[in-house]
Amino acid sequence: MKCFSCGKPATVHVTNVEPGGQKKELHLCQACAEKMHLFQQKQLSLPALVHALLGAHLGPAVEEISRLHCPACGIGFMEFRQQGRLGCPYDYVAFRKGLLPLLERLHRRVRHRGKVPRRCLPDTDEQRQVIRWRQELGDAITREAFEEAAVLRDRIRRKDFHL
Amino acid sequence: MTLDDLLQGTGEWLRGEGPEVDVVVSTRIRLARNLADFPFPNRASALQRGEIESLLRERILQLADSWQFCYFALHRLPELDRQFLVERQLISREHAHANGQRGVAIGKGEASSIMVNEEDHLRLQVIRSGFQLDDAWHEINRLDDALSERVCYAFSEEFGFLTACPTNVGTGMRASVLLHLPALTLAKQLEKFFRALQKMNLVVRGLYGEGTRASGDFYQISNQVTLGRSEDEILRAIRETVPAIVDYERHAREVLVREMRSALQDRIHRSLGTLRSARMMTSEETLDLLSNVRLGVALQLLDDLTVPRINELLLQTQPAHLQKLVGEEMDTDQQNIVRARYLREQLRHVQLN
Repeated sequence: MKCFSCGKPATVHVTNVEPGGQKKELHLCQACAEKMHLFQQKQLSLPALVHALLGAHLGPAVEEISRLHCPACGIGFMEFRQQGRLGCPYDYVAFRKGLLPLLERLHRRVRHRGKVPRRCLPDTDEQRQVIRWRQELGDAITREAFEEAAVLRDRIRRKDFHL
Repeated sequence: MTLDDLLQGTGEWLRGEGPEVDVVVSTRIRLARNLADFPFPNRASALQRGEIESLLRERILQLADSWQFCYFALHRLPELDRQFLVERQLISREHAHANGQRGVAIGKGEASSIMVNEEDHLRLQVIRSGFQLDDAWHEINRLDDALSERVCYAFSEEFGFLTACPTNVGTGMRASVLLHLPALTLAKQLEKFFRALQKMNLVVRGLYGEGTRASGDFYQISNQVTLGRSEDEILRAIRETVPAIVDYERHAREVLVREMRSALQDRIHRSLGTLRSARMMTSEETLDLLSNVRLGVALQLLDDLTVPRINELLLQTQPAHLQKLVGEEMDTDQQNIVRARYLREQLRHVQLN
């Protein structure tokens, strides 16, 4: 059976029971299933692991923080904790709550002082949007959805920040 | 410019000139910068990495002629060439060994370089010989300004310049000074200094950065914190600390000369003797021995050698440089034989006094 999303061999099979009792089957490969955050529940069932990884006493906020995903690049907060590298600039907005205690530990101060660039992108909504489009463009190309890709490429081009 | 052109010289940081060059080998500042609208390199797809690289390559090469940047696509360079750039401190070890589309732009005289698609989209670097913190800052600030007019950086008012690793966020700046501290090492005085440095948010590393051992009595001192302190404040801490260490090192050297002159001379000449006669020589041993000889030169116990000359030997005896010099790849044993032969030839005519 092939993955419904990308066409690779499917290894994850999900059966959803809809409110009317109707069964809906979904077949995915490991990568796409992870992308759709289907394993989120499993992570959350291990609160001890979450606590250990966070290494901080965030109390009840831990669960909420560990569930965070960046709407722009798609990386999860737990993934960041494991790799030690963020996924995109918008993570600083998406993971702000989780990052603050970490930044405080690392730098002892949490507010920037110093240089401001001559040109930057003040509008983080726009930033999130374009990074999201770029990710979707990649997915569209992988799926060989070239019309969709062309539309996305056009949108990104119109937003060119580096002119 | 090709990489082989670089082989002819030693580059800016080993020029062996500039303030306090008897103790301070070089001053280096790097800035981490990212584009606002792309995922960071580790999260970017091959397609996105390609887009980032070609955009940045184009904008870097647009910079004024005064920079004279030359661009190399690292993913197309053989491993030996990448190692060569690591030894010249123009790229990081990680950048040499990474995968995917990435590059480096090298400025005039190797005084500046820009890594593309390292951990961040951009890593700007300026190196100066000796202790030249303000000059290095002035130069890299100018480069940063010029680039920021051509691309849109990821920046937030709250967190400053946004980086892939939260340890670099804020100014994105790492300023480091490479020190040669043989006398303080001999006097076992370094522990004390390093503890004091920690309190000032400064860290000590070995010659080739994070996690490397301090070989040949060379130490790098750099700022640890990047968020919540301005560039000026960070530079001030280094500007105030380094001269004190330089003074202590010089004082320790004077004491050595005064109280242990014969033992010191013996050590320096034995090192030179080994370098002039050995038949196999590892790069670690070379570094340790040349460190002793460098001390002898700084103390004017060896008249016929200069600091730039020692720096040149330090660089040319590194594995990749040696292989480029000979023009073929060699295994470690062969390298050790060729290194020993090279040193014998280079030091044959040195007059001993």
